[in-house]
Amino acid sequence: MNGFEVKREDRDQISVVAVKGYLDAHTAPELEQMLQQLVDEERVHIVVNLAGLSYISSAGLGVFMGFIEDIRKKNGDIKLAEPNEKVYRVFDLLGFPVLYEIYQKEEEAIEKYRN
Amino acid sequence: MAKVTKNYQLKIPSQTDNLELIRNFVSGVAKKVGFDAEESNKIELAVDEACTNVIKHAYQHDTTKDIDVAIKIDYQKLTVIVTDRGRSFEFHEVDLPDMKQYLAELRVGGLGIYLMKTLMDEVEYHSKPGNRNEVRMVKYLLGRSGKEDDKPR
Repeated sequence: MNGFEVKREDRDQISVVAVKGYLDAHTAPELEQMLQQLVDEERVHIVVNLAGLSYISSAGLGVFMGFIEDIRKKNGDIKLAEPNEKVYRVFDLLGFPVLYEIYQKEEEAIEKYRN
Repeated sequence: MAKVTKNYQLKIPSQTDNLELIRNFVSGVAKKVGFDAEESNKIELAVDEACTNVIKHAYQHDTTKDIDVAIKIDYQKLTVIVTDRGRSFEFHEVDLPDMKQYLAELRVGGLGIYLMKTLMDEVEYHSKPGNRNEVRMVKYLLGRSGKEDDKPR
């Protein structure tokens, strides 16, 4: 079992959330808690690094959808970075690239906030 | 691919922490009978979505209940049947969401059925007498359903 891990690193006004393992109905609440905590702290410039993510289901996708509206109202964003091909395919199936900025590299997403 | 019908079965408590076991079972069988990694991933995700619906909606997180996952291999056809004895679900009344509108409205949840129908070649839901609900999903080994070419890759 590789489980799920979520780690946060703050860089100036940007928070990078790195997720690892699988994101399904069992593990989605952990990511939800993390994003809720960031919103509570008014840290709404978020980059989610998906490099370590091996699997995502609609429960995981629902977490991003649940927060994006609130975060954008606060002039923030959730930018996604470094999904592997398998995870990207699920995003693509649901049209996520239309709604979310998805970058190949975490640094590109961070730069986007700084520009 | 098997030349004769083969059956694989898993009976498992309705808990979200069992989803990983369910996925491993399903993708293991799919790969064993000849599906490539990409197709196995699709089957695994579709079954996860069906079981997540059972855990959340049919059994409403009652972990004393069981989910039955049965896989039948018949020539070029893999059929997965997910059965529960919980609340029936108004499957047919859930329209496939128009994704653009769906995303524009930022609606949460309800993506599972859309994914199941997109990932598999056939999806049916039956609510049977005796409080038994069944989601039956089919994937053809060679992607010969004619539907496959239209799907995003």
